[in-house]
Amino acid sequence: MSPCIEDLRARIRLLERASYRPGGVLPFGVATIDAHLPGGGLARGSLHDIAGGGADEVHAAAAALFAAGLLARMEGVALWTTTAPDLFAPGLACAGLPPERLLYASAPDEKTVLLVMEEALRHAGLCAVVGEVAKLSMVASRRLVLAAEKSGVMALVVRRRREGKPADATLTAAATRWRITPLPSAALPSPGIGRARWQVELIRCRGGEPAHWIMEACDAQGRLSLPPDMANRQGAQGRHAA
Amino acid sequence: MQPDADRPLLLAARQGPRRIITAVDATGAALGLYAGMAVAQAQAQVPDLAIAEADPVADAAALSRLAGWCLRRATPLAAPNPPDGVWLDVTGCTHLFGGDASMLDFLTGRLTDAGIAVRAAMAPTPGGAHALARYGTSKITVAPDGAMRALLEPLPVAALRLDDGTVQGLRRLGFETIGALMRTPRAPLSRRFGATALRRLDQALGHVPEPIEPMALPGLPRTRLGFPEPIATPEDLARAATLLTDALCEKLRRRGLGASRLDLLCQRVDGAAQALRIGTAAATRDAAHLTRLLLPQLQTIDPGFGIEAMLLTASLTTRLDAAQFSSLADTAQQTDLATLVDVLANRLGEERIYAVHAVPSDIPERACRRVPPLARTAATSWPDRLPRPPRLFDPPRRVEAVSLLPDHPPVSFTWQRRAHRIRRADGPERVFGEWWKTPNEMFAARDYFQVEDYNGQRFWLFRQGNGEDASTGNMQWFLHGLFG
Repeated sequence: MSPCIEDLRARIRLLERASYRPGGVLPFGVATIDAHLPGGGLARGSLHDIAGGGADEVHAAAAALFAAGLLARMEGVALWTTTAPDLFAPGLACAGLPPERLLYASAPDEKTVLLVMEEALRHAGLCAVVGEVAKLSMVASRRLVLAAEKSGVMALVVRRRREGKPADATLTAAATRWRITPLPSAALPSPGIGRARWQVELIRCRGGEPAHWIMEACDAQGRLSLPPDMANRQGAQGRHAA
Repeated sequence: MQPDADRPLLLAARQGPRRIITAVDATGAALGLYAGMAVAQAQAQVPDLAIAEADPVADAAALSRLAGWCLRRATPLAAPNPPDGVWLDVTGCTHLFGGDASMLDFLTGRLTDAGIAVRAAMAPTPGGAHALARYGTSKITVAPDGAMRALLEPLPVAALRLDDGTVQGLRRLGFETIGALMRTPRAPLSRRFGATALRRLDQALGHVPEPIEPMALPGLPRTRLGFPEPIATPEDLARAATLLTDALCEKLRRRGLGASRLDLLCQRVDGAAQALRIGTAAATRDAAHLTRLLLPQLQTIDPGFGIEAMLLTASLTTRLDAAQFSSLADTAQQTDLATLVDVLANRLGEERIYAVHAVPSDIPERACRRVPPLARTAATSWPDRLPRPPRLFDPPRRVEAVSLLPDHPPVSFTWQRRAHRIRRADGPERVFGEWWKTPNEMFAARDYFQVEDYNGQRFWLFRQGNGEDASTGNMQWFLHGLFG
């Protein structure tokens, strides 16, 4: 990309209020992903939408782990709000998110989840707010974005699928939209199970293009990494036709 | 007087020339003694009686203390209802206890623990609750909306808070139950017994409002605002609440106190009182914070034809000395979290916002404990190197699995009618039962496996038992968690 175009883009970004992001970005620490995201990482005062690839609970678990990995790489306390209290704190600790850094709010219904998220996003004392919902409307997502922009707190929506329902593909105001699908992991030299592997898809990205990568799942510090057997191959990164 | 299991205990009082029993304990009641009986007659029936002088003044004081406890513990609208009852208006409070029935369970449980024999009823009207608490069939009754009529019908007329003469008169005319009274033409009844009997009936059914005059605990910091014209709009209410909070915080500051609970009482022109209560995790006298907690709750107040006075009480206070607020970022963040926790706790209920602490237990479902959100961090943590899923099923889901005994991972398993063929697996991780908790777990063991199927989906399975000895478990397989 020529420096001239880069400069123009920066100016347009300044003009657009929507791209005003207090708090900077959270880089993944993986060059291929960070280079693809505007600003070099996930914008903090903004909304990000994370879904599992399939229609069952296994994929929702992968999405939750992806979100936990993001929280693990931030500093400070986060709030996680959900209607079904099935989060297992030791499992989140395995992704680098210790129990003392997470507050839980269990809500009676999804409407309340969104209300709690909005309220919590106004408090700059948190590093991020995670909410689990099945449906997110344009209006609801815009409210979250506005609250997040004001405080600079990152908003994450983890999609829960209701049994047998098709994926919710409504357009939202989220800055990025991710889909996490488990993939078969690489064989170990000995019997046993290695690091999990995910297909990480960036389905929508404001100010960027969709892409997908095959990544090794969160390690004990919440970091993703390129699979060692693919690190040098071009095939690790593909692009959708936009 | 020390109660004695074998010796019936009576309370007696002078009534005219006679001494009358005013209260009997369970032993005495079993021997056929009852309140209203002459003491001389009782002594003739049962020779060895323990008789104490009734002390109505002390009784009233004790009842008032009990109402005060309810006021502090349960609801801002409580009042003693002599001789033996306490009124509680729990509108808008029950969700903080997890529902109507569990609130009554909690209150009766605490009172029973304190050695008080208690019956409780919750009903849409004070009169109905009064009747059901004293004459209902069970110790705890919750009357749903619209069921008042049906519930009152079988109760005796005495349940309507009538004086003895009226009850006797009604009985003489053949009115045994409230139902019979409901079905009778009203005019002759009121001519014969006066308006009171019918008013009590109407109050119990909710046709006539019956406000509870709430008691106020002496010595608590409070501010009151009376309005020359009744107010009703949400804006006016909000403005009045802000003024009250500011004034109360000033009072608290002068007394060196911080409030961790505020009760707002709105007196309506029709005499009814509406109340709401907010709580904070840490004592505070920050007017802005308290106003912020108070304002969203104001919409639960029904102003009716208007509110003529508002009363704000700090019902729970602790010493809060003038503090020098540190400018360190850490402290600022802590304060901010307390604000957020308060806002959410007042909106969702206290038990819905929590943190999780590690519990040293190998059994996964016991490894966590919910604690208040601002509790100090415990030192214990979970062992790092063991794989744990981010989502846990509690209770574990039963699955059908095919595996080699004794300690091989399953080859495949079926969950939600879908077969998963296992490609890779890790395990077993053996977890033993905690025999010091329950004897059932004396020999129990579980073998945990982390498995990955051909699609790359990862599951956390366990087998009940160690695979060799049937006393350790029945070899059934369970899905306990999902790794994604």
